[in-house]
Amino acid sequence: MSFLELHPVLVVSVIKVAVLVFVLMTAIAYITWFERKAVARMQSRWGPYRAGPHGLLQPLADGVKFLFKEDFTPGGVDKFVYFLAPFLALALSLLTIAVIPFGPEPIEILGQKTPLGIADINIGLLFLFAVTSLSVYSVALGGWASNSKYPLLGGLRSSAQMISYELSMTLSVVGILLMTGTFSLREIVNAQEGFYFGFIPRWNIFAAPFPQWLGFMIFFTAAVAETNRLPFDLAEAETELVAGFHTEYASFKFAMFFMAEYASMLTVCFVTSILFLGGWHSPFPANPVTPYLPTVLFAGLGLYVIHDGLRYETVFGRIVLPVLGLVMAVLGAVFAVPAVNAFIQPTFWLLTKVFFFLFIYIWVRGTLPRFRYDQLMALGWKLMLPLAVANVVLTAAAMLWAGGR
Amino acid sequence: MLNIELFLFFLFAVMAVGGAVSLLAQRHPIRSALSLIVVMVSLAALYLLQGAEFIAAVQIIVYAGAIMVLFVFVIMLLNAGEEERTGRSRLAVVAGIPVGVLLTALLAWGVSGGATTQASVETVVQPYDTKQLAALLFREFVFPFELTSILILIAILGAVVLAKR
Repeated sequence: MSFLELHPVLVVSVIKVAVLVFVLMTAIAYITWFERKAVARMQSRWGPYRAGPHGLLQPLADGVKFLFKEDFTPGGVDKFVYFLAPFLALALSLLTIAVIPFGPEPIEILGQKTPLGIADINIGLLFLFAVTSLSVYSVALGGWASNSKYPLLGGLRSSAQMISYELSMTLSVVGILLMTGTFSLREIVNAQEGFYFGFIPRWNIFAAPFPQWLGFMIFFTAAVAETNRLPFDLAEAETELVAGFHTEYASFKFAMFFMAEYASMLTVCFVTSILFLGGWHSPFPANPVTPYLPTVLFAGLGLYVIHDGLRYETVFGRIVLPVLGLVMAVLGAVFAVPAVNAFIQPTFWLLTKVFFFLFIYIWVRGTLPRFRYDQLMALGWKLMLPLAVANVVLTAAAMLWAGGR
Repeated sequence: MLNIELFLFFLFAVMAVGGAVSLLAQRHPIRSALSLIVVMVSLAALYLLQGAEFIAAVQIIVYAGAIMVLFVFVIMLLNAGEEERTGRSRLAVVAGIPVGVLLTALLAWGVSGGATTQASVETVVQPYDTKQLAALLFREFVFPFELTSILILIAILGAVVLAKR
């Protein structure tokens, strides 16, 4: 018997993990590109545009730079903990992606039917919170082990911040748990299928008996704070703490913190879409037109990229951009094939929602100033926590009134 | 044939015991705290292997994620350095070794089936899923449950009063 026959689940899981990590790393690289471009636009700058046409090779250049920089270890650090922190950061934020379902239909790998996503566990949401609660350590330990004042302050700040916002984040989803009665992310999405009056989607932010828009606002705000992003990036706070907890980290260890941050951003976007915006359910009732949105989007974007690329200033750009546009246009055409079209619908909608939240992340970063530390604590404890509790009570009351379970 | 469940059990069991030994052996408070986190997480994995998924998640969220963060936070805040080893406590030598031997013997006797009460594993380890657990907590044992929450509330109030002083 071959190893595959003995442990089919193990082999298939390893394949899925390898594919997902590859896709994820590429995605993270290009999220950084997208973020720099978008923020640049908001601040009337160009953003990266030297490395490759429109700076498309910038992530690659960054990666190479990180790999070849000297990996400097400052004196007097606690070596073990100093090395542990970035590993912990990246490992934990990649671990959270493992429980996210990317679509409803199982796929077939090597003759094994397997869900689209690494693991489909029935405590998915609890698992997410458990791993999130551990990710405090990477920041706290990284700051402490560096044996330097600024990182220590950054680490202390961020551990206090993450503990505070974790509470509101966890409480804000209790309303959903009450209404759906499950911890499984897949079942939470399934519970949001259908429409009210034929056109309002039954997503949790609209759902009866108590629409979870309050929970949604609290969850997303707290999640932004959990991922240490602006306006809650007190852990880094360039103007006060040099670079916060990762001041003393160089080279690839710094890159690991960086990748961890973007990976957890992506997880937050996925989880928010799944919990509140109906996951992979389309916002439109069944009709013959909207299934062709992916085609229109990709073909249109492809044609635009071709048009833009043909008059780009460098020769390299005049070659690369039209080819890229052509690939996108062809992809759009492929999405129109009925079998493919049906298969990509759910994932398309999920990714659209994720992209929407990613944009909000970047938008917020480009617009809002950083909180002061006491404002941050006051917001977390005096506003968001009471609101989250109120949301739980109101949801429970509404369910009782509506004669729920 | 490689039994994955057995392999995982031994992996996490060794990690738990190793973490506990390391907790005692480390001289730096942060290292000790990290060892304790390893113990907590391994215990959660062991619960998971028993099918107690809710307990496993709560173990990580509450112990590893909240309580230990406070430990680490306080150690960082006080900037506690390495500790000196003091001489061995005489009590530990006089009382510790016999008690240790006695406990080991008791455990061995119990595991080998010498104990007459067959508190059989099946009756204890009946994995509850989260819904059954909730039904138990909020229906059958709702009074003790609420009583415990009042106890915790009193403890919180006490902490606040002490902190304000």
